[in-house]
Amino acid sequence: MLESVDAVLLARLQFAFTITVHFLFPGFTIGLASYLAVLNGLWLRTRQAVYLDLFNYWVKIFAIAFAMGVVSGIVMSYQIGTNWSVFADKAGPVIGPPMAYEVLSAFFLEAGFLGIMLFGRERVGRRLHMFACAAVAVGTCASAFWILSVNSWMQTPTGYAIDPATGQFVPVSFWLTVFNPSFPYRLCHTVAAAYLGTAFVIGGVGAWHLLGRDTTDKAGARKMFSMAMWMATIVVPIQIFIGDQHGLNTLEHQPVKIMAMEGHYESHPEGAPLYLFGIPNDRTQRLDYAVAIPKLGSLILKHEFDAPVAGLDTIPDADQPPVAIVFWSFRVMVGLGTLMLLLGLWSLWERRRHRLYDNRFLLWAAVAMSPSGLVAIVAGWITTEVGRQPYTIYGLLRTARSAAPLDAGTVGATLVAFVIVYFAVFGAGLVYMLRLMARAPLPSEPALDEIATGPLHAAGITPAAAIDPNVIPHA
Amino acid sequence: MIAHSADLTLIWAGVIAFAVAAYVVLDGFDLGLGILFPFFPEKHDRDVVMNTVAPVWDGNETWLVLGGGGLFAAFPMAFAILMPALYLPVFAMLLALVFRGVAFEFRWRSRRRAHWWDASFILGSIIAAFFQGVILGAILQGVAVDGRGYGGGAFDWCTGFSILTGIALVIGYGLLGATWLVMKTGGALQAHARRLARPFAIATLFFIVALSAATPALEPGYYQRWLSMPNLIFTAPVPIAVAAVVLLLFRSLARGRDEVRPFLLALALFGLCFLGLGISIFPYVVPVRVTIWEAAAPAISQAFMLAGTVVLVPLILAYTGYAYWVFRGKVEPGQGYH
Ligand code: HDD
Ligand code: HEM
Ligand code: HEM
Repeated sequence: MLESVDAVLLARLQFAFTITVHFLFPGFTIGLASYLAVLNGLWLRTRQAVYLDLFNYWVKIFAIAFAMGVVSGIVMSYQIGTNWSVFADKAGPVIGPPMAYEVLSAFFLEAGFLGIMLFGRERVGRRLHMFACAAVAVGTCASAFWILSVNSWMQTPTGYAIDPATGQFVPVSFWLTVFNPSFPYRLCHTVAAAYLGTAFVIGGVGAWHLLGRDTTDKAGARKMFSMAMWMATIVVPIQIFIGDQHGLNTLEHQPVKIMAMEGHYESHPEGAPLYLFGIPNDRTQRLDYAVAIPKLGSLILKHEFDAPVAGLDTIPDADQPPVAIVFWSFRVMVGLGTLMLLLGLWSLWERRRHRLYDNRFLLWAAVAMSPSGLVAIVAGWITTEVGRQPYTIYGLLRTARSAAPLDAGTVGATLVAFVIVYFAVFGAGLVYMLRLMARAPLPSEPALDEIATGPLHAAGITPAAAIDPNVIPHA
Repeated sequence: MIAHSADLTLIWAGVIAFAVAAYVVLDGFDLGLGILFPFFPEKHDRDVVMNTVAPVWDGNETWLVLGGGGLFAAFPMAFAILMPALYLPVFAMLLALVFRGVAFEFRWRSRRRAHWWDASFILGSIIAAFFQGVILGAILQGVAVDGRGYGGGAFDWCTGFSILTGIALVIGYGLLGATWLVMKTGGALQAHARRLARPFAIATLFFIVALSAATPALEPGYYQRWLSMPNLIFTAPVPIAVAAVVLLLFRSLARGRDEVRPFLLALALFGLCFLGLGISIFPYVVPVRVTIWEAAAPAISQAFMLAGTVVLVPLILAYTGYAYWVFRGKVEPGQGYH
């Protein structure tokens, strides 16, 4: 018995690790694909060289991130069966079809047009090249659409029946399984998150080069910093609004998750406080050292000061998620969201005073905040997924009953292998991306197919002769 | 109580067989290049070899996702049995694919570590191919089933037979890769590839014969299917066709002028082996425990997916073909695509 519990825990750790690493790449490429399509469109429309330079600059980074997203994603699609075979058998009829649609409508679209986007500008003409850029951007969003529908169904299952003969979940209406109650919120919140994750990286890189001493033309750095700060100013408030709506939806469908997020061990019949800080203590079922604002919790959750709010004391222990992880990861996300909001407002203020590119404090703040979007994405997902525990299909199928019949040794060995390989391989990829970002965009930045650094990248063609990979010749 | 549709199930078995075949053929030559890399020690040769496939490798691998994803969606029970049964070989294959996939990018990003990523490309390709073969062998020899799940141990897959299929696939992919290079390159590199293709073809033939002899011995059912009368009348043309194709392949390789034909013949050889596999396995999806009908998802799931599949798969084939066409032609050293 102990054996099997350990195996489940290891399988969860392994899955959590691989999906977290995987999602960092799409979290970046969803936004970057759209950014590149916008840059290309602006270049075609305005013919201002800076847009083409920026396109050529970021497309090199995109190619690396995309390759890592692909290889880590292929792992995910098999892991559903290797780690959660019982879940796969039972939920397959419902979530299999949307995942197949993801392959057919999103992955093939991206893979099919990626080569043309990266290297085909001169070969296919600008219309088709623009089309390829748009196809890749649409493909990344289509991928998010389907996979988030699947994940949302696991959070808020609707539109199914259970076949008594096989124990499988069987769709009654695909409309209802795909458009389940939490899906619209999760889709909007996650796609906006991906855009912000990318925007803050771009903004940080722009700010870094504006701070840099070298006196070459800074038009590219300015443009990217400005565009990123517009995203921060406009999209962060929208994101916070969506997040609030998402939370209300969760309160309706997964109240226990909200109790854990808010640290509400005890019920508050006369209105709940908002805990800003505290140390969740599952053993005593108390929030130690709590710092609270009275009644604000009820106001946020129920839009009424005195509305009663139930706590975890109404929920059997066996049905509670681990509170501390959910409580903290939620605070990390919201805390970063607040900082991002402040940065957006500050940049607007400096912009109006025409000091956007000159205020070194602002620039340094943007550099410091560059990973904030990606960190918030991971924190948000930890809130969501750990808050769903102890279920894989909320309220219906327990995690412990979803797992494959494997022994702990096997799962543990592959967990170790994944950790080592991912750190080594994706660590190297990160270094290569940072190296590209450390170099400022050049005026007449060479295109991917113009640099003779060697051929191809994820899916394209460049001249084969290798000169010096570290020297980028001017076109 | 829930309707299963026999016809839909057959169609889905066909779609998945198609996806797996497309994967084996497309990623087969792609992995084959990694397998042949050690025979091309010069950097400029390696650049060209990689150039021939880099525009398409991502699309090629997507067929693997469709094969696995399709199996999950249309036959969830089979996916649930096979994945834990093949846990270690599947993860070994996936990790190997990580190494070789990133090599396409990383190789150009670091001069000092380029040889490192070359090694990662070679080992990744060989290990991925080997474990794909092992997976095939393990499925053919059968897995233990307990209820709706896997009932065996972590190493049941590891037998002499599955090791043999593993080696066979490495060799077979090497043949595909060599003939692909004959088609896509010229000059000394092409001549070298042509020389390499011959021993790989001989070894491939050896393994086809060995495995064909071993398979009927695995399961009485396989023996029945292939060698009893009157089945023999229908199955006999397969080995005869294999012999004919191999003969043509040798002749074609010997003739200096043929550039495209060796690749097409190697593909035909793979196609015939695939047909042979189909004859052995059908209608099982987990031989010889679970049939496609027993493992099928309910009709509503299969129908929902099929609606999109009939539109999207032709579309995918069209734009994938277009991408191949855009980057068509031979890849020469020092000469790019523009
Ligand atoms: C840039 C990233 C980012 C930022 C700034 C925020 N979030 Fe978020 N949040 C995510 C990125 C994210 C996410 C990674 O995309 C999640 C995980 C699952 C999901 O749907 O979105 C998420 C989940 C998530 C959930 C869990 C929903 C559930 O599991 O049922 C709630 C309640 C919120 N968010 C609320 C907020 C609030 C009130 C924010 C205000 C500051 C906020 N988020 C900022
Ligand atoms: C990309 C963002 C995602 C992240 C960062 C993420 C993270 C996690 C984490 C941390 C766990 C472990 C929870 C625990 O053990 O307490 C988990 C479990 C799981 N997640 Fe996700 N997840 C993501 C998306 C998805 C999606 C889209 C799916 C659906 C296909 C999914 C399916 C699962 C499953 C099946 C488990 C295992 C059961 C469990 O422990 O809950 N996840 N995930
Ligand atoms: C269990 C969950 C998941 C599975 C099984 C999965 C599977 C995959 C696979 C197989 C690929 C490679 C596609 C190719 O061959 O081109 C991939 C890439 C991708 N995935 Fe995931 N994925 C999961 C979670 C997510 C989530 C939560 C999102 C978005 C919200 C996402 C978005 C993407 C995107 C946009 C790509 C392509 C871009 C890139 O590779 O960077 N995935 N995924």
